[in-house]
Amino acid sequence: MTEKAVGSPKNFEPTRLDPSFKHEVMRERDGETLKTCFQCGTCTSSCPTARFSSSYRPRTVLRMAQLGLREKVLSDNALWLCTACFTCTDRCPQGVEVASVLRVLRNLAVKHGIVPLIYKELTSSIKETGYAYKIPELRHKKREEAGLPPLPKANLADVSKLIKLTGAAKLLKKRRTHQ
Amino acid sequence: MTNLKYLIFLGCTIPYRVSSYEVSARKVLPKLGVELVEMPDFNCCGLPVDPVNHEFSLALSARNLCLAEQQNLNIVTLCTGCATTLRKTNKMLKEDKRLRETVNGYLKGIGMEFKGTIEVKHLVQVLKEDVGLDKIKGAVQRPLTELKVAEHCGCHLLRPQKYSGFDDAEDPHVLKELIELTGARCLDYADEAECCGYTVVAIDEKVSLSLAREKLHHIKEAGAQAIVTICPSCHLMFDMQQSRIERVFGETFNLPVLHYTQLLGLAMDMSPEELALKELRVDPTKILKTTTSSIDSDS
Repeated sequence: MTEKAVGSPKNFEPTRLDPSFKHEVMRERDGETLKTCFQCGTCTSSCPTARFSSSYRPRTVLRMAQLGLREKVLSDNALWLCTACFTCTDRCPQGVEVASVLRVLRNLAVKHGIVPLIYKELTSSIKETGYAYKIPELRHKKREEAGLPPLPKANLADVSKLIKLTGAAKLLKKRRTHQ
Repeated sequence: MTNLKYLIFLGCTIPYRVSSYEVSARKVLPKLGVELVEMPDFNCCGLPVDPVNHEFSLALSARNLCLAEQQNLNIVTLCTGCATTLRKTNKMLKEDKRLRETVNGYLKGIGMEFKGTIEVKHLVQVLKEDVGLDKIKGAVQRPLTELKVAEHCGCHLLRPQKYSGFDDAEDPHVLKELIELTGARCLDYADEAECCGYTVVAIDEKVSLSLAREKLHHIKEAGAQAIVTICPSCHLMFDMQQSRIERVFGETFNLPVLHYTQLLGLAMDMSPEELALKELRVDPTKILKTTTSSIDSDS
């Protein structure tokens, strides 16, 4: 398939390359597989999002990461368009954990202060209720009417501790967001 | 004989928006000899926050696994997202000593420790591997022979294959086998294993709806009267979002979307009321007529 150049030549500034970036990615779990990508494009041609998005191309993201285009990779909205279907990972002939490398890059973007709003909402809901969504009272009543057992109350003390220990508390702070 | 007692892990999406799946599963499974035990104070499986904090996701996931270990019971999930997450964390922590130490470091803070003593399965795995196809076939009393459906098993039952080790992600067939046990015909269609688009609906609605719309087209073209799903998120995408897709693209699909447990329940002669069919957004009345006529012609 044709792959629209995301980093077109006019945007390519060799001085902005950061050779340490790939090492930063490769230090993370599954990130090490970035080094074996030889740009065959199986990921992009297998990607459901790539068929409908004009900006998201997993092969391009991986190449930019290898080259050290830190800023461009981490600040691009397209980074958040991976559906995590893992088709790319299953099909990669080089064993690159494509979807997981994408996860590593997203996690790094968060460390650089970039978090789409939806993820802040999900995290704050988990902190407050243990569930990813705030389940309205009406739902609890409907469960009862339908003869379903009541939803257990999550252990919020445990959840709060895990938020602190894993550094997820940063997700709840006000900072630059996408969308 | 396999012990059919499991902790039921509900996750978040089912209690939030898709209770018809839970209602029908709780009706059907006991009739197949499956005993469901409630899971106390579980939390989100961790999948939704994996993109923003992998460690937090692992910790949430591992805490749920520890709860199951404490009761010495395996987990069954109805949601494929919860299945892939809990299953993957379980396998990684069992196999990777260093990762286990890291995660146990977090769990120590809440007085827990991952030991690696239980298994996690999705409903479809339990039906295929533990209940067995023969037993399900034996429970079918009203074969839905007039009904033609399409399956959508979604991404996370099967992918990543390295962690699921189940079925064939390139050519999934287990859900088809399960559907055909009900007497319904399961039709082939283009790009069956493709993603429904749900996970990016809050990031780029157009991309997300386009993915579901394409699948709806393929399914309609194949001549299916309904879609059968096994994941609350895929169900939301095809059922709840169907009218939105129709509005955005100016098209009409009118394709009812049933949970597999509802389809099986109908074939087991349960009533539409018992199986919460009225909660579906796309009215399934027309296919219910088909199933009723097959019942009439049988008797």
